[in-house]
Amino acid sequence: MTTTDHEPAIAATGLRKSYGDKTVLDGIDIRVPAGTIYSLLGPNGAGKTTAVKILSTLISADGGQARVAGHDLTAEAQAVRAGIGVTGQFSAVDGLITGEENMLLMADLHHLPRSEGRRVAAELLERFDLTEAAKKPASTYSGGMKRRLDIAMTLVGSPRIIFLDEPTTGLDPRARHTMWQIIRELVTDGVTVFLTTQYLEEADELADRIAVLNGGRIVAEGTAEELKRLVPGGHVRLRFSDPASYERAATALREASRDDESLTLQIPSGGSQRELRAILDWLDAAGIEADELSVHTPDLDDVFFALTGTSDPAPAPVTGTAPVTATDKETAR
Amino acid sequence: MSAPATALRDNLTMLRRSLLHARRYPSLTLNLLLTPVMLLLLFVYVFGNVMSAGMAGGHADRSEYIAYIVPGILLMTVGMTSLGLAVSVATDMTEGIIARFRTMAISRASVLTGHVIGTVIQTMLALTLILGIGVAMGFRPNATPLEWLAAAGLMALVSLALAWIAVGIGLASPNAEGASNLGMPLTMLPLLSSAFVPVNAMPGGFRWFAEYQPFSPAIETLRGLLLGSGIGTKNAVLAVGWCLALSVLGYLWSKAQFNREPRQ
Repeated sequence: MTTTDHEPAIAATGLRKSYGDKTVLDGIDIRVPAGTIYSLLGPNGAGKTTAVKILSTLISADGGQARVAGHDLTAEAQAVRAGIGVTGQFSAVDGLITGEENMLLMADLHHLPRSEGRRVAAELLERFDLTEAAKKPASTYSGGMKRRLDIAMTLVGSPRIIFLDEPTTGLDPRARHTMWQIIRELVTDGVTVFLTTQYLEEADELADRIAVLNGGRIVAEGTAEELKRLVPGGHVRLRFSDPASYERAATALREASRDDESLTLQIPSGGSQRELRAILDWLDAAGIEADELSVHTPDLDDVFFALTGTSDPAPAPVTGTAPVTATDKETAR
Repeated sequence: MSAPATALRDNLTMLRRSLLHARRYPSLTLNLLLTPVMLLLLFVYVFGNVMSAGMAGGHADRSEYIAYIVPGILLMTVGMTSLGLAVSVATDMTEGIIARFRTMAISRASVLTGHVIGTVIQTMLALTLILGIGVAMGFRPNATPLEWLAAAGLMALVSLALAWIAVGIGLASPNAEGASNLGMPLTMLPLLSSAFVPVNAMPGGFRWFAEYQPFSPAIETLRGLLLGSGIGTKNAVLAVGWCLALSVLGYLWSKAQFNREPRQ
């Protein structure tokens, strides 16, 4: 492996790709230091999969340059391939053969000696909790199991860089958390992970750096914290059940924005201890009692909506069994 | 390992994958063999007397017609297993694992070669089975060991040629149905050959086509090898020539298609 500490695992500049008149990637720059998780975040159709396909040598770019695993993407494609592992969006397992046979197939294709191949296959099946299902055809596996087998197969050759294209799309919450755990473990072994996702929470949980891809361009790049700082919108929310105290508070708090229907007030605030104490003191002084007080810092949802230009950055009210969005989780943190 | 050594190992790995598929799902291959077996039974037991009446000046009997038809049925079997390959390749290409293979540092052609060699092996096994049925029905070849060897070689060569064409067809088809339609000539051509009736019993245009299309020369050569009847240089040369030409053509066509960038 020629990747050194000095050279990033992935370095791309000005990658472009179009299909006919449709520009899918409009000149993107990517730099991923070795041993980190980099997340490409974007809505459907943003070009995430195309970026993965280009960087993993599956398709060629129309323009731009890239070095992956220390080798030029076009001139030394085979050397790049030797250093990477790819788990695509659609399960890349052979459904006709068993999980174990899939693993041994990978071992053979990585030219491991027979006995070592068996050992590696057995170890990975064990690690990904697939030993019991190892003798069953992969087509009978559940979505989560297929995805685990997929990643296990990717790991057979001990790649230093792993591409994961939407690894948790379509998985149930438990399987998703298992997958997150797997991804975190990969990085502790020093592997570089290039991850695409459409889930802000996932990028926030896993990635060292996040690039927001929209319409074929990277519209923002940084750590989750840096991205959150890009967008204003922190506030304290006061909820009332008594219309009278709501009305009193609303009249007194000029800067608050009202929501008469749900009897809540939003006060712009960075959420620091001092600002919170000021609000609490003021409420006490005015003899107003709110039923619930919650602090909302801007999260990646706000960033995402602001940067990708999707309408209505305000969080939708959560009702009934609707999924809890990242914004409404804040109080629980 | 050196490059040729790793390429060889990749080819063997992919061959094992192909045989594993076949062993796991033998019904796919066995279903394909139904057609030649049915035709063999139909032509020998139902049409046998009528068919033989048209041969050897009307003095032939059913056993002579068996001798005539079995080599044709054998090569029709090769056509059928090739069609099966076209369908499997088309199906395989829709699987995610192919994208994985493309991002691995392996010999790319091995993905296709594995399918081809796997099919040749399956075809040879299928031919043994069909030959056994033929013998059970009264087929009595009188070939010397050398002629048997040549016959086996010829059948393997035809299988190889049709397999490469079938891989090309499979790659050109968007799905299994498409491959099955596009691969129709693999099963139709034997019907328009000297498999069931001698070409000189056919009307002018047909006769010319039947005489020169790939199946007839191979069938005539196989007949000659198994039964000791004359082959004729023309048939032998045409048979081997067709096989080599189709192999090269199919290989280049398949390779070009597989190396082409996958669609979006």
